[in-house]
Amino acid sequence: MADSGSEEIAVIGNTDLTPSESENNLKNTMVEKGTSLLKMMEISVAEAEKRTGKNAVNMQETYTVYLIETRPVDAASEGTNPVPDSLWRRYSEFELLRNYLLVTYPFSVVPPLPEKRAEFVWHKLSADNMDPDFVERRRVGLENFLLRVASHPDLSSDKIFYSFLTEENGWKETVFETGFQAKADSRLKALNATFRVKNPDKRFAEMKHYGDELQSVISQLLRVRARAADRLYGVYKVHGNYGRVFSEWSAIEKEMGDGLQSAGHHMDAYAASVDDILEEEEHYADQLKEYLFYADALRAVCRKHELTQYELEMAAQDLTSKKQQREELATGTIRTFSLKGMTSKLFGQETPEQREAKLKMLETQIEEGEELVKERNAECEEFVKSAWVDIERFKEQKDHDLREALISYAIMQISMCKKGIQVWNNAKECFSKM
Amino acid sequence: MLRLLSQQLRLNERDLHDTSTTQTDGSSFNASMQTSPASMINQYKFEEEEEDADTKDIFVTVDNPESHVTAIETYITYRVETKTTRSEFDSSEFEVRRRYQDFLWLKGRLEEAHPTLIVHPLPEKFVMKGMVERFNEDFIETRRRALHKFLNKIAEHPIFSSSEDFKIFLTAGSGELTSHKKQGPGFLSRMGETVKAVAAAVRGVRNRPQEFTDMQEYAEAFSQKISSLDKVTQRIVREQKEYLEELKECGPTYALWSQSEQELAEPLKNVAGCVDNCCKETEEQVKHLNDHLIPVLHEYVLCADTLKAVLRRRDNIQADFEGKTEALATKKADRDAMRDELDKAEDRLEWANNALKTDWTRWQKVMRTDLRSAFIDTAERNVSYYEKCLAVWESFLQSQRTDAEGNGNVDSS
Repeated sequence: MADSGSEEIAVIGNTDLTPSESENNLKNTMVEKGTSLLKMMEISVAEAEKRTGKNAVNMQETYTVYLIETRPVDAASEGTNPVPDSLWRRYSEFELLRNYLLVTYPFSVVPPLPEKRAEFVWHKLSADNMDPDFVERRRVGLENFLLRVASHPDLSSDKIFYSFLTEENGWKETVFETGFQAKADSRLKALNATFRVKNPDKRFAEMKHYGDELQSVISQLLRVRARAADRLYGVYKVHGNYGRVFSEWSAIEKEMGDGLQSAGHHMDAYAASVDDILEEEEHYADQLKEYLFYADALRAVCRKHELTQYELEMAAQDLTSKKQQREELATGTIRTFSLKGMTSKLFGQETPEQREAKLKMLETQIEEGEELVKERNAECEEFVKSAWVDIERFKEQKDHDLREALISYAIMQISMCKKGIQVWNNAKECFSKM
Repeated sequence: MLRLLSQQLRLNERDLHDTSTTQTDGSSFNASMQTSPASMINQYKFEEEEEDADTKDIFVTVDNPESHVTAIETYITYRVETKTTRSEFDSSEFEVRRRYQDFLWLKGRLEEAHPTLIVHPLPEKFVMKGMVERFNEDFIETRRRALHKFLNKIAEHPIFSSSEDFKIFLTAGSGELTSHKKQGPGFLSRMGETVKAVAAAVRGVRNRPQEFTDMQEYAEAFSQKISSLDKVTQRIVREQKEYLEELKECGPTYALWSQSEQELAEPLKNVAGCVDNCCKETEEQVKHLNDHLIPVLHEYVLCADTLKAVLRRRDNIQADFEGKTEALATKKADRDAMRDELDKAEDRLEWANNALKTDWTRWQKVMRTDLRSAFIDTAERNVSYYEKCLAVWESFLQSQRTDAEGNGNVDSS
């Protein structure tokens, strides 16, 4: 499977793939859509390991590598269980892949990577990149990223993506050889376009605004949630003190001793239960974070639209001004200001030959200009069409995923309540024996 | 039988007012008593059947705080209502108004009359740290509840409830009460008692029986544990309140988000509502802790202090007896008078010891009942809290399921 490097990896037809991981609701969405790599190949980020080595400036550094495993889908369903192909990648390589995709598919809402540094932490959670919990959550996030790309209608068939999954050595060089970095739009250029564009597509303007709002509200939610988690941790842990004091108190009491002692154990259990509860909530936070970063990807597409539209407008404007110049030259009237025009007025008219030459040049420029405008217009239309398709796809995915996330949050809360009911009922029984 | 005993004891209290006794801290013993306290103690048994609610024949409530302003001070009075079928009361219903000072007076009288019995504590005299105004609503309500408990504990106590002072407290008009208060042992005799008490305390007890040492150790340990529980509970309340503050911001954030969404608007609004409901439940739960568990724990912190005080007083009575024993052994003059005093002191000691032992056992039972029911109550409240939150989230899940079915998005799972 790993050596069929055909350009079109097309699997037509519906394969009934049911997700096996209850945690990863995404797989539901992803597998349902049309052509995608995921239908042919199982992809996972199985492990993480620490490595030390010399970096670019020849200093020792410690970093983490992630094991990417791939296996053809058919093999698994046939009952045989071949060893998966695997290779190790580090986070910076994922970043490189994503940057390549961003530049190469500007009309796609490119799936985001898990965060580079831990943010929105609450006190128990470590902000250290080397912390095993952080590494584990990052592993899951990276797998998520690969699965999302592999199920994207456009991105999944990309060769560079494929070799990222299958060719350990030389991949970096291959990416650089594509010259994608040169195609990247400079920040300044993009910013300029945002300010100066006159007629962006309304839908994209709205989408961009939506992206801003989404980012703002999810950030706020993550912050508030982290603070609440911190406090909840405190509440549960203080109950552990009940356990200690009940135990000490039971030592001086005769009839009450047993009841107190056993109640104390339940208080300890209650205090300990918060660790699992909050770990589950971190999954929920990670789901929110994914869409926080997706908002950025969405806005990037909208900005690209502004850029293409702006460039079209610039070309059109340029054409119009050239046409006007031609008109003026032909009729002799000067409506547009030009230094040449002023100087010729001051210092004498041009010769007819000069005028002829100028006219000819303008004609050529106008021809070229019209070609450019046609080109840019086509580009713009093409972009709008493709981008809007992907945006619609993204919207559906987002609505589905976030709804699932809210449902799983509710399930978590229910589970937490059930645990609480159990503990306090147990405690009550013990108290009755006091 | 208890009636007979309580009548005898009332006799004691009247004798107290004669100031003809000289004792260390005003024990109610009187030389003119016919029966020896030892024989009476044998009759001082607790018959638990007589104590249950069905045979309760006196009901006291404390409510309706009112503020009074005079030129010199502002103070609060509380309405004290009594309903009783006891024959020693002239009527079956009484309503009087009492201020905190009056409660203090009653407590003092009971302690004077029965130095080695355990009087339930009163709420503290002065405000706790952190409170600005002495008369804010919460403080008054907390105090009212504690005063109510105090009187009920007195009413439930087999000895105290027959106290004449208690009866006067419940029934006398304010003028009558004031004049009754003045009848107590005079200032000088009280000073004399205090001096003797200090002397006894300084002398210290020599041969304290092991059982009282055990009680002392228990009182120390109990005091520590109950104080810890009080502190832990207060900390829980603080943490819960801080959690609540953060949680209060979650709902509105979900609501804000729903405004940017279309398909997601409804579930987000729903979640916002759920979070807000959980906030309300959390608020109620904290309030319950504050209003129920904390006051009980606090009462027993004060009780622990009472236990230690009672043991000290018993020690002083013993020290007094030991002192008099020594005096008899060494002095030559006045032997008859001294022997007389020694006998009195011995009887007083026996009385005190037995009273303490019996009341100690009683107190332990009451403590156990009170704390057990307070903790059970708290556990039940917590269960109820989680049940309510559970219902909130389950209704959300339900709404999402029916929603999915309505839109025809059901996966055949």
